[in-house]
Amino acid sequence: MKRVFPILSVLTAILLIYALYQALVVAPTEQTMGDVQRIFYYHVPSAWTAFILFFVNFGASILYLIKRRPAADMVALVSAEVGVVFLLVNLVTGPIWARPVWGIWWTWDWRLTSTLVTWLIYVSYLMLRRFSSGGQTPTLAAALAVLGALCIPFVYFSIWFFRTQHPQPVIGGDGSIDPRMMHALLINWLAFACFAFMVCWSRYRLEKLQRDVNQAHAMASLLAPHGSTR
Amino acid sequence: MTNGYLFAAYAATWIIHIAYLGTIVSRYSRMKREIAELKRPDVRS
Amino acid sequence: MTAPTGITRVTLLKDLRLEWRSKDAINSMLFFSLLVVVVFSFSFDPTAEESRQIAGGLIWVAFLFAAVVALNQTWAREIRNQVLDAYRVSPAPANSLFMAKTLGNFIFVSVLEALMTPLFIMFYRLRSLGPAWQLLLIAVLGTWALVVNGTFFAAMSLRTRSREIMLPLLLFPISIPALLAMVQATADILNGEGARFWIVLLATYDLVFTTVCLLLFETVLNAE
Repeated sequence: MKRVFPILSVLTAILLIYALYQALVVAPTEQTMGDVQRIFYYHVPSAWTAFILFFVNFGASILYLIKRRPAADMVALVSAEVGVVFLLVNLVTGPIWARPVWGIWWTWDWRLTSTLVTWLIYVSYLMLRRFSSGGQTPTLAAALAVLGALCIPFVYFSIWFFRTQHPQPVIGGDGSIDPRMMHALLINWLAFACFAFMVCWSRYRLEKLQRDVNQAHAMASLLAPHGSTR
Repeated sequence: MTNGYLFAAYAATWIIHIAYLGTIVSRYSRMKREIAELKRPDVRS
Repeated sequence: MTAPTGITRVTLLKDLRLEWRSKDAINSMLFFSLLVVVVFSFSFDPTAEESRQIAGGLIWVAFLFAAVVALNQTWAREIRNQVLDAYRVSPAPANSLFMAKTLGNFIFVSVLEALMTPLFIMFYRLRSLGPAWQLLLIAVLGTWALVVNGTFFAAMSLRTRSREIMLPLLLFPISIPALLAMVQATADILNGEGARFWIVLLATYDLVFTTVCLLLFETVLNAE
């Protein structure tokens, strides 16, 4: 089991390099936007991966509310944290792509706005985990995760309607896509999904270790002889 | 010129990911040290 | 059937009576709203046309901030007197308590809205070009959306560090679809269009979140 992690890490790195090659070399250059469109191969998979992670968070939170397993709580924490990181990548690459193509860094278009709101919801989840007192954190966080996840469809739907009433340029384009581009996109998605899995695994191991340390601290203060300090 | 933005986007992506991994790695080694210290029998007791 | 609604009624009447005597919440909410209105007035001097465009946003931001004032004190009395611990050990359904608190907050914020609306109409020279009764519906549905989530998050924030900042931090992101609906519906109605889509959205949002809050409240109350 110990050797699986390094082996998978190396495989993931190789896959990422291959995906980069696909994105920068193999995929054809876009007609109107040129090479800068290749940001797409990082921008979109980041969002898709983040949403998979948020879905995992939703599932783990519900599992925790039903079964109260600490492992479920840890998976919820890890998936939310890594999801926030991936969505941050999406939110940063979006404006970097928008600026040369549309001339503006930001616009309150449907996708960007909805993504930003989703990001805010999960950041608030992480803040609750940080600020609440130890014993109740898993339960409160799980409840918030359920509410947050249920909110996401409302976020996307309401902002979509708002934008059909008050249209803005849509960043990220829509419509058909060249099959070679789709191929590169899917490879990058696979690579980033594997990468996300490895990051989650690492974060999970850290969390497990952190909780063991906290427990060891607690035991040490319980067993400490009278008068000794820690 | 557009290649500058492309590079910036890819660089930003990896900077964010590596920074996050960095925090995981540094916290992990700190925890490892702490638990080694805690497991060691306390000399003062 | 009688026990839960009985508790809800009793708790609600108690809160209303205490508030009527002290008027703490309503006074602070009113003053805060007024301050927000005045500060906003410095940012622009709108024509009647412009007012109709921005009024929706202004009004609901002011009401949102005022609602947070009310929500923050929702459970304060209960904590001071260890009432929540009593509820935890009693067989009384936690939901009755939640409904009482939510209804109480709903009434407080609605009273505030009723008092502030004439002021808004006067300050920004508002006149509705569309069906004004829909504005009332939006106000009811929108206020409920803020208050049901707010009361729930207020209970969640009770034993967190920085309790007062935790509530808006949790409430604002999740309320965004509802806020968007309230603001846009108000703007649409003032400008002469109907807001049927937003009303349906708000009603659905209210239904979903009220249900989930009721399902999860007992869990949150007993979290430890």
